[in-house]
Order: sequence, then structure tokens, then C-alpha cells
Amino acid sequence: MYLGKVNISLKKSVLDPQGTTVMKAFHDLGEKSVIDVRIGKYIEVKLNSSSLEEAKEELDRLCKNLLVNQVIETYQIFIERDEK
Amino acid sequence: MNSAVVVFPGSNCDKDIAYILKEYYNHSVDFIWHKNSIDRNYDLIVIPGGFSYGDYLRSGAIAKFSNAMKSLKSHIDKGARILGICNGFQILTEAGLLPGTLMRNKNLKHICKNIYLKKGSPHNQLTRNLLEDSILEIPISHSEGNYFADSDTIKHLEDTNCILYKYAIDNPNGSVEDIAGITSPDFKIAGLMPHPERAIEEWAPSMDGKKFFENFFQF
Repeated sequence: MYLGKVNISLKKSVLDPQGTTVMKAFHDLGEKSVIDVRIGKYIEVKLNSSSLEEAKEELDRLCKNLLVNQVIETYQIFIERDEK
Repeated sequence: MNSAVVVFPGSNCDKDIAYILKEYYNHSVDFIWHKNSIDRNYDLIVIPGGFSYGDYLRSGAIAKFSNAMKSLKSHIDKGARILGICNGFQILTEAGLLPGTLMRNKNLKHICKNIYLKKGSPHNQLTRNLLEDSILEIPISHSEGNYFADSDTIKHLEDTNCILYKYAIDNPNGSVEDIAGITSPDFKIAGLMPHPERAIEEWAPSMDGKKFFENFFQF
């Protein structure tokens, strides 16, 4: 079994009002070192694939088909063996 | 006219639009449960407002895999018209039937109020009889209505007269170019965030939804 981890973030060209609001909250708290905040999503997918390579391909397909909206989002995937 | 309204778990404007189509426009209306494919031929298929599949992952993202939505493409090829309202618009973009996407409102709030609409593209056929300075007062109720597409897509929408309506006076959600709704280049597929079906009856604060449907059905 494999554990796929997906990090989804808004493209740099897309405004993130949620991130901006959090950044402003930091500034209100006096956290002056914060210059930007971007909020994304983290998703774990367990895969019953036969190899690491296959798991990677499958997860990439799942991202493109459903998990990610490529109009506004980009993603990174990580795969590890999951023995549990 | 024969119309169908697709119903997903979480749809909540399906009965409203069906009632309006029956009572005011003399349509026969069938409800299509999302698990079923659309078997009969219809002149109009409506994807209604609501929160299909709880808006999980992204609004409209999961609905595109339903049997009803999968069968929609063959009906488009056969000439059926498609109207997506609110969540229906989100579903049409997620399914790739209309370009762009609907993002979270710029102010991060769910906005439920009457807003004002004006004509989008000058030659969009679904507003062709609407005067240049016409303003329609129509309710919105959404959290993700902030229409976004890259600049090439927006230019293409403008060049092909695909912008259906724009917000007038004030843009409630931060949508690019004040876009409230768009169509396909052949005007057969239309999606918009506002709810014209909620502005028809006499008790409603505005009855401008009639202007929307009169123009919509004149095409």
C-alpha cells in the first residue's frame, strides 16, 4: 500500500483573500515579520498500487480529474510506502 | 417545451425553478436524480442552485462525475439548451462545459441580497432585446461566486460575445470584469450566479427575473 500526500495551493497569479486576512491578523498581533500568507489544502490518499511509479501516476491522474482545479490551483504530490 | 431539472444531494433550488418553468412558461418539467442518466430528449436542462454533495472539496467539483452530468454531453450534441444557476454554474465550469471557475467571494462572506445586473457582451443572443442601459434587480445567495479566468479566456469570452450579464453599480463578489454569468459561443449553455427564479412572483422584492427569462426564451 502507498500513502499519497497532495499539497494544493492557489496559483501565484490568483488573489488569496483568506491568506490576506490571516496576514492582516498577524500584523494586528504585532507580527511584523510576516510579509505574505497563502492558504492551501492538504489531502492524503491511500493507494493499493503495485509500484511506487504506478502510485505516482495514479495520484497525478486523481489530482487532475478531481482534487485540483487547474484554472486556479497548482499541486505537489509525495508518495511513500504505507505498511500499516 | 420539455424541461428537466437535475437534482443532486444538496440541491435546494430545484423545486423553485421547476415551479417557475411550469407556472409561468408552461413547460412540462421532469426531475432527474443525479444517479440516473438523462434518457428522454429535452429542450432545456437546468442545473439548479444549492450545495451539491455538500460543496465538499470545491463547489460543483464532485457533481461532474454523476450519471446525470455524464449524459448531459450527448444532450448538448443533440441541441438541448443548458441553464446553470448558482451551484449549477459552478458545476458547469467544473465539468468544463463553461470556461473559468467560481472562487470564494472576495470578502469571504456568504452574500444573500438583491444586486443589479446589466448586459454583458453587446451581441450575446440571450440579452439581445435588452436595452443597453437596462438594469435588472435579481437576488444572489452564494459564498463562491467570484468568477475567475485567465486574461486570454476573458478576451476570448469578450471576442465571442459570451458574457451574459455583468454586475452593475456594485460588484458583490470580486469577479473579474464584473462578470455575473457567461454562455458558450453558440449561446446554448448558460451559467450565472444570480437567481432569476427568485424574482418572479408578486410578493418578491423584485420581479426582474421575468426579464431574464423573457430574453432567455426569445433565443
